Amino acid sequence: MTAFDPIKIRSEFPALDQTVNDKPLVYLDNAATSQKPKAVLDALERYYTRDNANVHRGIHELSRRATVAYEDARIKVAQWINAPDSDELVWTRGTTEAINLITIAWGLDNVGEGDEILISTMEHHSNIIPWQLLARRKGASLRYIEMDSQGRLILDDLPSLLSERTKVVALGHVSNALGTVNPIKDIAAAAHEVGALVVVDGAQGAVHTKVDVQDLGVDCYAFSGHKMCGPTGIGALWARKDLLESMSPYQGGGEMIHFVGREESTWAKVPHKFEAGTPNIAGAIGMGAAVDFLAGVGMDAIAAHEDELLAYAIEQVGSIEGVHIYGPESLEERSAVVSFTLGDAHPHDISTILDAEGIAVRAGHHCAQLVMKHFGIAATARASFYLYNTKDDVDRLVEGLGIVRGIFG
Amino acid sequence: METPRLSSLYQQLILEHYRNPRNKAEMDEKTVEIHMANPVCGDEIRLQLRIEGDQIAEAKFVGQGCSISQAAISMMTAKIQGASLSDAEGLAERFTALMHGDTEVAKDRSLGDLRALQGVSKFPVRIKCALIGFDALQEALKKHAAEGPH
Repeated sequence: MTAFDPIKIRSEFPALDQTVNDKPLVYLDNAATSQKPKAVLDALERYYTRDNANVHRGIHELSRRATVAYEDARIKVAQWINAPDSDELVWTRGTTEAINLITIAWGLDNVGEGDEILISTMEHHSNIIPWQLLARRKGASLRYIEMDSQGRLILDDLPSLLSERTKVVALGHVSNALGTVNPIKDIAAAAHEVGALVVVDGAQGAVHTKVDVQDLGVDCYAFSGHKMCGPTGIGALWARKDLLESMSPYQGGGEMIHFVGREESTWAKVPHKFEAGTPNIAGAIGMGAAVDFLAGVGMDAIAAHEDELLAYAIEQVGSIEGVHIYGPESLEERSAVVSFTLGDAHPHDISTILDAEGIAVRAGHHCAQLVMKHFGIAATARASFYLYNTKDDVDRLVEGLGIVRGIFG
Repeated sequence: METPRLSSLYQQLILEHYRNPRNKAEMDEKTVEIHMANPVCGDEIRLQLRIEGDQIAEAKFVGQGCSISQAAISMMTAKIQGASLSDAEGLAERFTALMHGDTEVAKDRSLGDLRALQGVSKFPVRIKCALIGFDALQEALKKHAAEGPH
């Protein structure tokens, strides 16, 4: 592997090479979605201009090529998270659909009245609402692991929250709103002691570090392509094969059946049992290309680069008068997200002023209203970093925040 | 596209209203109340009116949000104290037109402090911030008309 060079990496991402409001773009909204490298864009173009056909249906050459590319991508993405078997990887529209799939295909048959679903106040809405819907349908109740003042889960409460009534524990791997990295392995072990299923929202997890689902010891891991250099509209659910085989189908349609009768039908084998209809073939191929790209750069190198950037950003942004940064103080417990407020400047005003300087950050509740409520705020501004960001980007952010202070100071 | 200038957006008058909002308090004697929220950004307000006959006898609001939303609703409540219902409706219509870039309305001096918000029309993603108060006002007038006088 060659030395990590963010400038060279940057040149692989066409969207980064532009001006916004007459200033070179500084893209710091990576927790919302990442930019796409040329390798991914080329893979999409290659599929549509050469191999476009439906998968698992045709005998003809284009269908064969499309099917091979689609299934190769499944193998790559499964290996990416060290799944023991690529048949355990179900394509979905993204993390949200993957979690919804579990709540329906597993939840409706396995959660009943009086049962408990354990989540946390740190969750993204996509890991709250599907469970709320399930709980309401089945008469189950939701319980929450609370956060401490640094936005970390209070795991001392775990023994009193877990019981034989706990049917499932569903937690985010990394908080999108705060950057907190949760000790999933320990929590999974505790959850398994009471026989609960462990579901992980990995939307921000598989992005920055090497994820090993076997080492984590979880039952399900949901993640999205678009946050890790892949296209939008594609993601995956990994789940243990015996679990997938025991589950009911999610949606009905073509592709997911084996034999169809007038009253009864039989289902295709996993993972196809969960993939009704023509899938997002291009998306899957693009996500495979994204995984190849990231592996080529090296996840350890990316993680080290991001750690360095995060430390620099926390130091630089944190030293601005009036800035309050939310989330864990220890960088060990934190991913490359800096969620902050600045004096009485509303995060939306911060974002508008930064945008005028060509700097893209997110402002709002980040689909984590329970997190905002915990800190007694309505919104934060959030700068989130990825492999192509540099210390210069942090410096531009700090300059932009100086302008915010000039206006609101 | 020409880059809109920040100075046209963040005028001193706007920041002054943001820091010292007028009529920001709960009202006990309200006759109509509208809760309005923008779930995208978390702006959230409750507009309270005491309507007597054909007149807004008193207007107050509570809530929180960005400088644009809070300044606009502060200016609006100052403007509609004692206004007739039809004048308030007319004001809402003209201000909405101003936000959508109507240059004729921009010359309308009767808008008073609200003209300071003219620059918002150049920042499309912020227009809904400026309009949250007037949207609530229009809802309140509709609700009052539907429910009849108390």
